[in-house]
Amino acid sequence: MRVVNHPILGDLSPAREVKIYVDGKEIYAREGEPIAAAIAATGIRIYRYTAKQEEPRGVFCGIGQCTDCVMVVNGVPNVRTCITPVAEGMTVETQHGAGRGER
Amino acid sequence: MREVDLSIVGAGPAGLAAAIEGAKRGCSTVALDMNPRPGGQLIKQIHKFFGSREHHAGTRGIEIADTLLHEAESAGVEVLIGAEVYAIHDSILEVAQTFGGDSPPPLSGGATTSQSRPLSIEARQIVLATGGAENALNFPGWTLPGVMGAGAAQTMSNVWRVLPGERVLMVGAGNVGLIVSYQLLQAGAEIVAVIEAAPRIGGYGVHAAKIRRAGVPILTSHTVVRASGESRVEQAVIAKVDASWGTVPGSEEELDVDTICIAVGLRPNARLASLAGCKFDYSPSLGGWVPIHNTRMHTTVPGIYLAGDLSGIEEASTALEEGRLAGICAASSLSKGHVGDSEEIEAIEERLLSLRSGPFCQRLQDAKQKLIEIGEAQCPKE
Repeated sequence: MRVVNHPILGDLSPAREVKIYVDGKEIYAREGEPIAAAIAATGIRIYRYTAKQEEPRGVFCGIGQCTDCVMVVNGVPNVRTCITPVAEGMTVETQHGAGRGER
Repeated sequence: MREVDLSIVGAGPAGLAAAIEGAKRGCSTVALDMNPRPGGQLIKQIHKFFGSREHHAGTRGIEIADTLLHEAESAGVEVLIGAEVYAIHDSILEVAQTFGGDSPPPLSGGATTSQSRPLSIEARQIVLATGGAENALNFPGWTLPGVMGAGAAQTMSNVWRVLPGERVLMVGAGNVGLIVSYQLLQAGAEIVAVIEAAPRIGGYGVHAAKIRRAGVPILTSHTVVRASGESRVEQAVIAKVDASWGTVPGSEEELDVDTICIAVGLRPNARLASLAGCKFDYSPSLGGWVPIHNTRMHTTVPGIYLAGDLSGIEEASTALEEGRLAGICAASSLSKGHVGDSEEIEAIEERLLSLRSGPFCQRLQDAKQKLIEIGEAQCPKE
């Protein structure tokens, strides 16, 4: 959910829309924001599944330190979505294990 | 290989302050930051700071970040964002720049580590200002999506304007837990409860009062027992804690929440300092393992300074002062000091002393003093 109105920060300023594909589904992000924020805004909480137990993981530290939010971005696994900005046409996939196709 | 006089790792309050002082003294200065926006944690601090006017009292962290970035720009500091230092050897920093600057957009603009631009920087002096990291708390279910650091929730809501959850349990009633609770309320979330294992609220009364006025219960002597949910947090079970920190049988209570924020302290983010070969001391009051440093913010490794939360977890205002100190001392070791620097250093030391005074800070002040005493014996003298 977007924080549209805010008593201190004011109303959310308009931003250019950037189209990205999350697991094949088109979503619109705000230019300059990290992938993790664009995804969270749509209500998605699961970013990846662990290798051995296939447990779900989501955003944990939000500033690039913990690597819990890594996903497959443009085919490249282990991209920290919380510090990687969105870009037009980017494909983002839920990562399974090491993100190289194995389950 | 880029060659600079001064390279700063981390463009938060400490790093920017160090960069500004260095650049003002004629050092060619590059400040590196791995995040999409510089400013460190100031860019999510929408509350007003306390203290005296010279420490920005009454000013919001976000405004302090803007001021620092302007000062850095006019002093001639080059700030590189998306620039992660992954190795440090001798006086060379190995950097992967994933976005920002003039790096070409890889693929269809996707910035990824494997497409990052490598960059080597040889710096005559280095200031590490890598900040702190939030402590985790391990309980059954703590890895479920929806359990996150309080700072993560604050970043999502205040910087990126995305509410991380709608019904939040805050674990920890120190200043971070209290302030982030209030800010999540401002952003439109419901704070179901703030719980604190200690018998007393750790943070300032004024922060606690604000969220109490909003109707949020603050439960001291309570801990989180487990989080549960199918594939994300749906419930949290909390329980009372007795005098020996055990849970009181039969006191469990189930809360319907979709988010559990962890605010149980920070520790120095010291990986790079460790790679650089800095010696450490263990200091619980400063957040754990802290690089040893002397009064001039010099570590045990020649040419490597530090400042801010890396040198012990404190406030943004102390980070600023330590950054200034590190920047001045690094410049002066390159014979680029200003006339009057020794008076400036004395003034900074006095301000640091006043920031660390008061009953809340006695343990911290003692711990810092002890660390610096070790540093005076072990760190290189200029």
